[in-house]
Amino acid sequence: MPRYLLSVFGPVERQPFGPYPSKEAMLEAFADTGAFNDRLEREGRLVFADGLDPGSTATTVDAQGERPVLTDGPYLETKECLGGFWVIEAADLDEALALAAEGSRACRGTVEVRPFQSEESVRALLES
Amino acid sequence: MTDPLSEAIARVHHEEWARVVAGLARRFGDLDVAEEAAAEAFAAAVERWPRDGIPPNPGGWLVTTATRRAIDRLRRESRRDAKHEAALMLHDDTPAEPKGPVEDDRLRLVFTCCHPALAMEARVALTLRMLGGLSVADIARAFLVQKTTMAQRITRAKGKIRAASIPYRVPSAADVRERLAGVLAVLYLVFNEGYLAGAGEDPVRVDLSDEAIRLTRLLRTLLPQDREVAGLLALMLLTDARRPARFSGTGELVTLAEQDRGAWDAELVGEGLAIVRERAVVVATGGERPGRYQLLAAISAVHTGAPSAGDTDWAQVVSLYDRLLDLDPSPIVRLNRAVAVAETDGPEAGLAEVEAIADRLDGYHPLHATRADLLRRLGRAREARAAYDRAIGLTGNVAEKTYLARRRDETR
Repeated sequence: MPRYLLSVFGPVERQPFGPYPSKEAMLEAFADTGAFNDRLEREGRLVFADGLDPGSTATTVDAQGERPVLTDGPYLETKECLGGFWVIEAADLDEALALAAEGSRACRGTVEVRPFQSEESVRALLES
Repeated sequence: MTDPLSEAIARVHHEEWARVVAGLARRFGDLDVAEEAAAEAFAAAVERWPRDGIPPNPGGWLVTTATRRAIDRLRRESRRDAKHEAALMLHDDTPAEPKGPVEDDRLRLVFTCCHPALAMEARVALTLRMLGGLSVADIARAFLVQKTTMAQRITRAKGKIRAASIPYRVPSAADVRERLAGVLAVLYLVFNEGYLAGAGEDPVRVDLSDEAIRLTRLLRTLLPQDREVAGLLALMLLTDARRPARFSGTGELVTLAEQDRGAWDAELVGEGLAIVRERAVVVATGGERPGRYQLLAAISAVHTGAPSAGDTDWAQVVSLYDRLLDLDPSPIVRLNRAVAVAETDGPEAGLAEVEAIADRLDGYHPLHATRADLLRRLGRAREARAAYDRAIGLTGNVAEKTYLARRRDETR
């Protein structure tokens, strides 16, 4: 079954309650997201899901040169960055998009849907 | 290219291309394989039919030939994978029998090519290639881009369909209306691109309007009960019927009010009006309320039904625009309504409506053209000329520029 990454983006600089305006709003979003996760698990679609600490806690490593170069902060210098994600299994994109819409409502964030490479696409890559 | 045989082959291409591609796409689950095999089968037909004669069932011949090519290609590609080949052989004799119009493979193909996860320009290109059977070179020329750019656009779209598992099926009943609206938007865009040609004056430009009408007709045979498919087809036919009267001998645009109505294509008018009437009966007998395209077609039918521009039932046009505004409260609908209001309540009232939306449509040339015309009728010549200049600067269509420039020069 195709596997998709559902990524949620939010501000790099977080307010006291993360990307949420108040504690109540934050707890509500947590509860809704928890319920959504439970459902994914019950239906056998959940591979993994979690939230991330703020982008400001990230360290970027580039070891393509002689020795690794470390940079404080996320790879892309933007105002928004990855805040959390789901890895799910769905029959096709329509199903994944419908789940992403539910996830977006639950966590109050914009969700990007991206397919994982399949066995077939990796083989095509190796044979190209 | 005008001998009977070439014509017959072109006709078979028109009639069978979408069916062949759609059937192969379902059977092999890959648009690339389907498109390439269909193209090879048609190339084989062009080579062999002049020699052997056209087979009694050309569609069947094409499907058989294309299927063989597709299997050959898949075998070549999976030679190292014996299991894959075995799986392919198991599926070798799946019947390709459609179970009714909704099950028609071509309808699946429409929804896949017009999937909302694809960019609009990708949907347009894919639809013209996979369903219309236009060559990549022709599509590129029609949209004034390089052939390599268009080829990349189509390849990228097919790549996304494959990688993201965009499904090959008709959406569920709950989603079908919204998804169909997206399909109709693609067809209407293709039609307008042919009809209003935003830029360029290439003599070998493919006739996109004809292609859009052909594809909408196909959609209507697949979904004969849908109000909006019927509405869009009627709208296209009534609009296209005016084509012979739209340009003067010197290539200047002729507005609806000044067109020679005797030059309109009576056959297209008759067909378009018949569809509008058919849908009006459905509404009158308690059926579904009219949709957006149905209302636009009805407005077009009011214009078409008037023996001269002066006989137009403008009150009826205004009331149809009011109903359209309920469905689509966009400034463009308000602008079109303002034109009708200028006829029922006078240019001053029309101008007031135009001014109310002017800042939202500042980059839209029809706003300035409409404003210019109303100012001219009100005797405000200096302001009218300035508005004509704005409109001329914003349109890329040569015939329209010529018309607007003449109007401006006549306004003193």
